[in-house]
Amino acid sequence: MVYCLAHTIISPLGDGSQANWEAVVANRTAMRLYSDRFESVEPFYASLFEERQDFVSLCVRCAEQVVKEAAIDASARDVVFVLSTTKGDELDLLSPAQAVARCFGNSNAPIVVSNACTSGVCAQITAMRLLESGVYRHAVVIGCDVQSRFIVSGFQSFKALSDEACRPFDAERRGLNLGEAAAAMVWSCDARGEWCLESGSIHNDANHISGPSRTGEGAWRCLADVLAGCEVSDIALLCVHGTATLYNDEMEAIAIHRAGLEGVPICALKGYYGHTMGAAGVLETIVAMKAVEEGTVPAAKGYATCGTTYGMNIAPTNRCVQGGKIIKMLSGFGGTNAAIRLSCG
Amino acid sequence: MRISHEIEITPESVLLDGRSLALEGTGECLLTELYRRYVGDYPKFYKMDTLSRLGFVASELLLQREMEDEGCVRFAPRADRAVIMANRSASIKNDRDYEATISGDTYYPSPALFVYTLPNIVTGEIAIRNHYMAETAFYILETPARLEPIVASTFAANPALQSAIAGWCECSEANRYYAKIQIIWKN
Repeated sequence: MVYCLAHTIISPLGDGSQANWEAVVANRTAMRLYSDRFESVEPFYASLFEERQDFVSLCVRCAEQVVKEAAIDASARDVVFVLSTTKGDELDLLSPAQAVARCFGNSNAPIVVSNACTSGVCAQITAMRLLESGVYRHAVVIGCDVQSRFIVSGFQSFKALSDEACRPFDAERRGLNLGEAAAAMVWSCDARGEWCLESGSIHNDANHISGPSRTGEGAWRCLADVLAGCEVSDIALLCVHGTATLYNDEMEAIAIHRAGLEGVPICALKGYYGHTMGAAGVLETIVAMKAVEEGTVPAAKGYATCGTTYGMNIAPTNRCVQGGKIIKMLSGFGGTNAAIRLSCG
Repeated sequence: MRISHEIEITPESVLLDGRSLALEGTGECLLTELYRRYVGDYPKFYKMDTLSRLGFVASELLLQREMEDEGCVRFAPRADRAVIMANRSASIKNDRDYEATISGDTYYPSPALFVYTLPNIVTGEIAIRNHYMAETAFYILETPARLEPIVASTFAANPALQSAIAGWCECSEANRYYAKIQIIWKN
């Protein structure tokens, strides 16, 4: 078990976890249509920063906020930097992580987790394991990805992008929207944070490298693992992946049903932020934590009517939430699936 | 942790459990030769990028050796073996190949190429081939030695895991690659 000493988000919705929470609970989004940003051949919907961001600077700004709030010495030998990203700084994933660690005078080799879109949850799991096995005392976990022609064109080639604002789990859903953001957390062995990370699980579907398993095999196993040791009734909310593609959402609903979680309130955030790739697992976990603290599950933005074979407890309006545990789940290319369980208080 | 089998592949040589395999080709051709000579029954190999081919043939040779030595059965679904790999360069070789399809006057982005612009795909290919439903993970690290504490802590955190196909799988160009991959046991 490890404890969260601090967290932050820097996104097109604002600077800081509180600013982001206030935007989400007010149903705001930066999602809009871009006609030719990145010289795209087709218009696309995305949630982007107004100005192009420098990858390393974004990571450093996030890390500065959490290091300060956590009151840790980031240059110490018992601190490790863990970066979650899919495309890094113009295809280089290692150098930006090294640059960030150097900024803080940290001489430990940083770790980059590159497990496709599950990276942000996997990075937290990796941090938890290294802390629990005594290798480090604190981990600064940063999730960051910036959009680019490379990524936009790639998803366009997959015909995975929606031509409108995305609709997670909805009957009319037509694909995902892209997003960019940075988020950071300090996880620690020190028991002085409100939130603790209790368990994590990663499973491969062993089915297909770009499509999810039709039976939600890997996602279900992850959920079953993180439910071990607690009751379904303990779970206040389930923060889903919900990319709004036909296949992902259908698979996810199956996995949720198989795990017995169809009654748990769903927190689906891609309608606010789009798919922020390597940042998603960190950013969305933080928003889910805020939701429990504030007692409100935000509206599943973009959702109107159930479009999956198995229904779930999802709604297009803000709702009251009770309880102190959350599960965050993600899936990604390569057949990867990951989930974590966190507990408050 | 205990290593039961190990393979090292360079563009000129293959060492399996310390013994050299006789080969004619080098570079990309070496990987194709390994596939044809030792595998041959998995045409998806030809869709893979160089990094995935490297990791895939390495795993195939290791698992065949394991089957010969220990008499175990392959291809039965299992959730007690992880696939954990790392490198420095992520998927840079395939990234550059993909970039070429969207640069200059040409624009023909291919989903078949784009999917391999993530380094963890190689772990997925191994999981699919072998029906491994436990953990697959990819890390970008400075050196191969940095993977050991990650593998150790993965074992410590997962009672169900007994072994892993783990190691370094690096490819920066078609004929510049290096893999050192092992079958590692928790006990």
